[in-house]
Amino acid sequence: MPGLVSPDGALELAPGVHWIGALDPTLRSFDIILKTANGTSYNAYCVRGSAGVAVIDTVKESFGDTFFRRLESVADYGEIRAIVLNHLEPDHSGALPELLRRAPGARLYISSRGQVMLKGLLHGDRLAFTPVQTGDGIDLGDRHLRFLQTPYLHWPDTQCTWLEEEGFLFSGDVFGCHFCDARMFNDAVGDFRFSFEYYYAHIMRPFRAHVLEALELIEPLPLKLIAPAHGPILRDAPGRYVARYRELSASGLKNEAADEKTLLVFYLSAYGNTRAMAEAVATGAEAAGGVRVSLYDIEGGEVSPFVDLIEEADGLVFGSPTINGDAVKPVWDLLSSLTAVNIAGKLGAAFGSYGWSGEAVPMVENRLRGLKLRVPVPGVRARLIPTGAELDECRELGRNLALHLTGRMAATTIDMAALA
Amino acid sequence: MPKAKVTFQDVGVTVTVPAGTRLIEVSEKVGAGITYGCREGECCTCLTRIVSGHEHLAPPSVLEDQVLKDNLAPRHHRLACQAQVLGGEIVVKPA
Ligand code: FES
Ligand SMILES: [Fe+2]
Ligand SMILES: [Fe+2]
Repeated sequence: MPGLVSPDGALELAPGVHWIGALDPTLRSFDIILKTANGTSYNAYCVRGSAGVAVIDTVKESFGDTFFRRLESVADYGEIRAIVLNHLEPDHSGALPELLRRAPGARLYISSRGQVMLKGLLHGDRLAFTPVQTGDGIDLGDRHLRFLQTPYLHWPDTQCTWLEEEGFLFSGDVFGCHFCDARMFNDAVGDFRFSFEYYYAHIMRPFRAHVLEALELIEPLPLKLIAPAHGPILRDAPGRYVARYRELSASGLKNEAADEKTLLVFYLSAYGNTRAMAEAVATGAEAAGGVRVSLYDIEGGEVSPFVDLIEEADGLVFGSPTINGDAVKPVWDLLSSLTAVNIAGKLGAAFGSYGWSGEAVPMVENRLRGLKLRVPVPGVRARLIPTGAELDECRELGRNLALHLTGRMAATTIDMAALA
Repeated sequence: MPKAKVTFQDVGVTVTVPAGTRLIEVSEKVGAGITYGCREGECCTCLTRIVSGHEHLAPPSVLEDQVLKDNLAPRHHRLACQAQVLGGEIVVKPA
């Protein structure tokens, strides 16, 4: 098999199955949040069957010319029966409108969850397409494509496409990475392992539960090759990459709390006031029983291990003083790093000491709501040195959080008019 | 005005609301874990499980029904930004 893609030619993966994507070696940052040390590739594929041709994914719009030249080297537009988008993000759908113009006889297949995004891409252009779900497929005569829905890897619309006869999985962003190397195959390119892991950590990790569901669909497949939408094509031991996803989606050391609910109390303190409150919250939660409480001074730790802890905890409380009308930066740094993990539905709360205004507490509470936590217990604020009564309130906060976590919270009934 | 009772199971709070109230008008105020994205019935972020009393919600619009279908929502799930309370007792929790 040829090792290097030519500037305009397609790369053969099997007779009648080609890579027709584009290399982007100069890209250094993807979607603003991802670094790409040697660029990336936008992988698109072409599958020929006895009853027609299918194109799987396209490329970023500015790479359309290369994509079309590669496509034209293996198929005529009139032969294209099906266009499959595994994912509608612009790096894969950029050349779609032009492809649809050139191949008017083709039908578009997207995940049923992708319809809202398709509207946003085509802006009113009415277009016949087929929304698909797991188990649906396309008959290309002697070859068959089947769809596997893998929502949230990386968007709600993401799916994989399985070419049965060859054992090839066109996996979209899943098993992809930002790595640009014209040698293309995993056994020929430079060392891309760090990119693979980095991509998992940033794109897949927030959706760990969905990764596990996707693996249930993918692991039983007799895989011969994985053709992702970015980075090297995995033809050597593709199962290893699937197994690595399985490992990465499990936690590291066993959590000693086991089935016990866990509550993490994070704080920062300039004069010891917020610390005193943090200790009271922790004491109150401990005293309620049934909850394993941990207390952390954010100043004494680094963000990334804290993020690991938070991913596995049931409840999170953040204590921040109000300085210059805001919570302090290390608190925001930690909170802004939580998009890398899934914390939706966890229990959240805030507290803190302040000088003359106390904005930090409601600001943190709002951020927690934005992160999809439930925040049923109102936070506690204390002016400067907390009084005995304010420390009692902190203990009560801890106690209420523990009761919520263990399902012992007394049910309350209120009238809507009484809600702020 | 006819009243209804909506219980947000994940926070253990029941709210008495006038008929016609949408779940979105109450869930955030009690700190329930239902979260919102578009708030317009398109993104399905606010998918909510109706634990009981689904018959006390106004039936979904054609649009809501389509979004629920496209996202393979299980039975007795609704969009909290759309679902409107009619009366009786309803228990909900995040999907
Ligand atoms: S918030 Fe988007 S559908 Fe309800
Ligand atoms: Fe993507
Ligand atoms: Fe992508």
